[in-house]
Amino acid sequence: MLKTFGSFVLFLRGMVTRTERFSVLWKRTIDEAILIGVDSIVIVSIVSAFIGAVTCVQIAYNLTNPLIPQSTIGYMVREMTILELAPTITSIVLAGKVGSSIAGGLGTMRITEQVSALEVMGINSTSYLVFPRILAAILMFPLLVILAMGLSILGGYLAGTLTGAMAPQEFIEGIREDFVPYNIVFALIKSVVFAFLVSAISAFKGFNTQGGALEVGAASTGAVTNSIIAILVADFVLAAVLL
Amino acid sequence: MIEVSNVQKAFDGNPVLKGITCTFETGKCNLLLGGSGTGKSVLLQCIVGLMKPDIGSITFDGTVYTNSKVGIRQEIRRKIGMLFQGSALFDSMTVAQNVEFPLQMLTPEMTLEERRDRVEFCLSRVGLENAGTKMPAELSGGMKKRVGIARAIAPHCTYLFCDEPNSGLDPATSIKIDKLIYEITHEYNITTVVVTHDMNSVIEIGEHIIFLHEGQKLWDGTKDEILNVEVPELKEFIFSSSLVRAAKRVDDEGGLAAISDEFDAHA
Repeated sequence: MLKTFGSFVLFLRGMVTRTERFSVLWKRTIDEAILIGVDSIVIVSIVSAFIGAVTCVQIAYNLTNPLIPQSTIGYMVREMTILELAPTITSIVLAGKVGSSIAGGLGTMRITEQVSALEVMGINSTSYLVFPRILAAILMFPLLVILAMGLSILGGYLAGTLTGAMAPQEFIEGIREDFVPYNIVFALIKSVVFAFLVSAISAFKGFNTQGGALEVGAASTGAVTNSIIAILVADFVLAAVLL
Repeated sequence: MIEVSNVQKAFDGNPVLKGITCTFETGKCNLLLGGSGTGKSVLLQCIVGLMKPDIGSITFDGTVYTNSKVGIRQEIRRKIGMLFQGSALFDSMTVAQNVEFPLQMLTPEMTLEERRDRVEFCLSRVGLENAGTKMPAELSGGMKKRVGIARAIAPHCTYLFCDEPNSGLDPATSIKIDKLIYEITHEYNITTVVVTHDMNSVIEIGEHIIFLHEGQKLWDGTKDEILNVEVPELKEFIFSSSLVRAAKRVDDEGGLAAISDEFDAHA
C-alpha cells in the first residue's frame, strides 16, 4: 500500500519534471478536454436530470406535515443538488466513463509498446500522455458539475410540477430561499479535487499495466473502483474541512 | 559505435544478463542472435534506456549513457530510432502523422513544409508513398514494419534498433524488411542493432553477429564465420533451423555446400 502510494507520488513528479513544450501540451489538453468534456455531456445530462427529478418526488412523498411549506421541497432539492449530488454523483459517473477510458487507453498504449516508443524518442511519456489528461479533467469536471446542477434543479422542477406535487411558484420560492453562494464554491472545489483524483488514479493504473488484454481490463476496473473510493473519502474530508 | 561493458541485469534475484561485453559497429547490421529467453530483448532495452542495468556501462560513440545526467541521456535518445516487435505505431494517428510525430516533437525548428517533405521522403524510401492517409489498423504486418522504419529514420537517427523485425511476417516479406534495414544502414552509415532468432536474417544481413546464450555472450563474428563455429550451443542453435535443414535437402549437389557440410558434421 505504502509502496503503491510512493510510486504514485513519483509518477506525478515525473509528470511535471522535464515537461514537453507548452504548445504541444496545450494542444493535447484541448483534444483531451473534448474527449472528457464534450463527449460526457449527454450522460451527465441524463443522470443529473433524473436524479433531480427523483430527489424532488421522494422529498415530496416524505414531506406530509401540513405545517411545513411546500417550498421546502425546492429548497431541499437545491441544497442536496449543489452540496452533494451534482459534484459527487457526476464525478462518480465520470469515474466510470472517463476513468475507464483513461486507464484502458494508456494500458493499451503500454502493452502495445507505444509508451516505450515515446520514451525511446526521448519524450517524457508521463508529461506527454498524462499531464494533458489531468489538466483537461480539472478544466472540464467543474463545467460538467455546473451543467449537472442546472439540469438537476430543472429535473426537480419538472418532476415536482408535472406530477402535481407542488405549484411552480412554490418550487421557485424554495430554490431562492436562504441561498448561500459559498455552497457553489464548495461544490466547484470538490469537482476540481475529484477531477484530479479520477484522472490521476486512472492514469496511474493504466500507465502501470503489464501483460495483455486481460490486464488492460483489470486496470480499467481498478481505476474505476479506486477512483470511486477516493471520491467518497475526499468528499468526507472536504465536507469536514470546508463546511 | 556502441560499446557495452560488463552489463548485468537480474529480475527478482534471477540473473538475465551475466556480464555482457560487446561492441556494435557503425555502418553495419549488428545482429543479437539467440534463442527465446536468452536476454536479447533485455539487453536491447538496457541499451536504448528502457531498462537500467544493475551493473555495467553502455557508451554511444564515446559518451557514457548509463548513469549519466538526464540531459545527456535525452540527447542520445534523440539520436535513436527503434522498430518495435509489434511496430508500436500510434493507433490514433495516420501513417503520415506517425512518421511526422518525432519530427514535430524533436525538431520544433522545422517548418510544416519541411516536415511534410521529410515524411514524404521517408515513406517513399520504405515504399509506402501512397499510404500516408491510412490508419495503422488498415495496414498489413509488413506495412506496419515499414512505417515503423520510416518513423525511426525520419529524425535522421544515428542508431537504429530493431526488435525482432521479422516476427509475424511471411518469409518473402521478412527478406524485404531485412534488405530494407540493410540498405538504410549503409545508405546513412548508421549503427544498426537487430535482435533476432531468425537464421534467415543471419544469412541475409548478418555483418556482425553476437550470439547470446543464458544471459552470456558466447560468440561474435560474421555470417561467413558462423558456419564454422565450434561453440556447441551456437551449433545446436544454427542446425536446429528448418532453413538449414531445407537447404541440405534441396541442394545435395553442393550449391550450399558449406551449410550442407556443417549439417553433416553436426549430424
